[in-house]
Amino acid sequence: MNRIDQKFQEGKKLLSIYFSAGHPNLEDTVPVLKELQKAGVDLIEIGLPFSDPLADGPTIQQSSTQALRNGMTTEKLFSQLENIREEIHIPLILMGYFNPMMQYGIERFCSRCAQIGIDGLIIPDLPVDVYQEEYKSLFDQYGLYNMFLITPQTSEERIRFIDRVSKGFIYMVSSASVTGAKNTFGSEQTDYFKRIAALQLKTPTLVGFGISNAKTFTAATEHSFGAIIGSAFIKFLEEKGVGEIDSFIKSIR
Amino acid sequence: MNYNVDEKGYYGVFGGAYIPEMLYPNVAELKEQYLKISEAPDFQKEFKDLLKAYVGRPTPLYFAQRLSERYQTKIYLKREDLCHTGAHKVNNTIGQILLAKRLGKNRIIAETGAGQHGVATATVCALMGIECIVYMGELDIKRQAPNVARMKMLGAEVRPAQSGSKTLKDATNEAIRDWINNPVDTHYIIGSVVGPHPYPDMVARFQSVISEETKVQLMEVEGRDYPDHVIACVGGGSNAAGLYYHYLNDSRVNIIAVEAAGKGIDSGASAATSALGKEGIIHGSKTLLMQTPDGQITEPYSISAGLDYPGVGPMHAHLFRSKRAEFISVPDQEAMDWGLTLSQMEGIIPAIETAHAFAVLDLRSFGPEEVLVFNCSGRGDKDLNTYIDYFKL
Ligand SMILES: Cc1ncc(COP(=O)(O)O)c(C=O)c1O
Repeated sequence: MNRIDQKFQEGKKLLSIYFSAGHPNLEDTVPVLKELQKAGVDLIEIGLPFSDPLADGPTIQQSSTQALRNGMTTEKLFSQLENIREEIHIPLILMGYFNPMMQYGIERFCSRCAQIGIDGLIIPDLPVDVYQEEYKSLFDQYGLYNMFLITPQTSEERIRFIDRVSKGFIYMVSSASVTGAKNTFGSEQTDYFKRIAALQLKTPTLVGFGISNAKTFTAATEHSFGAIIGSAFIKFLEEKGVGEIDSFIKSIR
Repeated sequence: MNYNVDEKGYYGVFGGAYIPEMLYPNVAELKEQYLKISEAPDFQKEFKDLLKAYVGRPTPLYFAQRLSERYQTKIYLKREDLCHTGAHKVNNTIGQILLAKRLGKNRIIAETGAGQHGVATATVCALMGIECIVYMGELDIKRQAPNVARMKMLGAEVRPAQSGSKTLKDATNEAIRDWINNPVDTHYIIGSVVGPHPYPDMVARFQSVISEETKVQLMEVEGRDYPDHVIACVGGGSNAAGLYYHYLNDSRVNIIAVEAAGKGIDSGASAATSALGKEGIIHGSKTLLMQTPDGQITEPYSISAGLDYPGVGPMHAHLFRSKRAEFISVPDQEAMDWGLTLSQMEGIIPAIETAHAFAVLDLRSFGPEEVLVFNCSGRGDKDLNTYIDYFKL
């Protein structure tokens, strides 16, 4: 069974953390993964840096740019992760834009992911329709899940379609926005969370974008299976460093 | 072979809409509506009326006498430089603002490099009384001060793009992020035949008035409605798409596209995408783009800010790949020299982008009866500082 599915069977509110590989320092990728696992995080999304991350706000843009300056590449990331499954047992997801994957070669990319023990991918600029038509069979062949996003603007019809073709989880974008930390959620978000919960989708949902602290985590997970923190964690990492990761995670739940 | 967009939004293997889910509703709405709206008689009437009374169309098809004599061939210039605001860009912004109004949008965003598209967008927003925000790379804001001032006079807000390399591609990223943040009330007016489907086709259609007029005008002077060669500079490719449009499937017409070689194709400072680019995804479109082997988009260079884009529109990628069009690239120096030549032989000071196209005359020979149509895409006013510095005027 895919590690992601296993995780969702545990029945608790899941915490997923996103960070940019090779940031703040090139060789931080593996230490960050280890500290996150130790701190009790449930899933990890490893960001493959891109020069033009158009769905991301300033924090992730800057971490991505810094990682590239540090010398991060697709090949470098794969070599850092080569033996990661000796130590990391929680689900690992690669999140990145499609162009670097295309240049690496999609089949070669999938094959490396499978070999390392990556469980799934999130590719914000690969639309679900194109995935279904051109890449799904390849991902299936390598046992990789591909997770899709929905937003407050996504129509019910499209949500139902995405639910039908989804594996793992659906990434629920909390509000109409690029990534970035927020301090609170308003009633608009809560209504949206409730509306989606009422759809009784077959695929579990994780809420992402704008989650930064215990308050937003609690609000986001009240009507979902868990939440994803990116920008707030990256900011913390920049300020406090890898050694303090545990205190960040403890402050969330 | 078909050179127009297919029903799925592709030109051959290029095009499509590689967009984050956050943009799906906006792009889907556009895809569904753009033809319905823009082909409706009331739209066409308003569009044509504005092109005539406000933009100054039809623009002349001018026979360049002295140039023709020197090169012993028949050279015509399609005078897009005479459009209001000084370039072809306004054909597209007029079309898109009318579309935005019919979609019920009350806020316009745009990206700009040199500022020409920004000015053309600010202009139509002033015309319609709609809020306008233009994203412009921080570096370009410094390089193109007069156009920044124009946009401000026209009532637009110019927002500096501070991410990445702080130029056109980053301004485009910022505009896309703005659209993600404002999905309901905002229309994004893209300035070239780039971006996710339906933008490349939509912009090409609004620019196609260029070749529509050319056909009629050529018929009058040459007794046939097609030339032997159509020649245009390509940044994203909108002025070129406009000139090629009605000739795409006419095999009698040879298509020549001119890109900016910058300091030379192998110099590391170039914008010659057809020579240096590989298939990939930029700004929601599968096309040719300049990138590292690792798939990071690289920063192009050209002395003309309007050609300084790391990709080309998917139509042009297809024209290149299928060999329907011939692509050449012209370095800064030759383009600048042509700026001077055109000024002194025809009394037309061209935009530096435009000047690139004319270098074809030095690279190819044409017969005395051959008819060439160059797209004179813009005037050189905006480039005066560059000309002054370069020629120590
Ligand atoms: C006068 C002129 N020509 C050409 C271009 C290049 O754009 P495109 O390739 O979309 O025509 C620009 C862009 O700013 C321009 O101002």
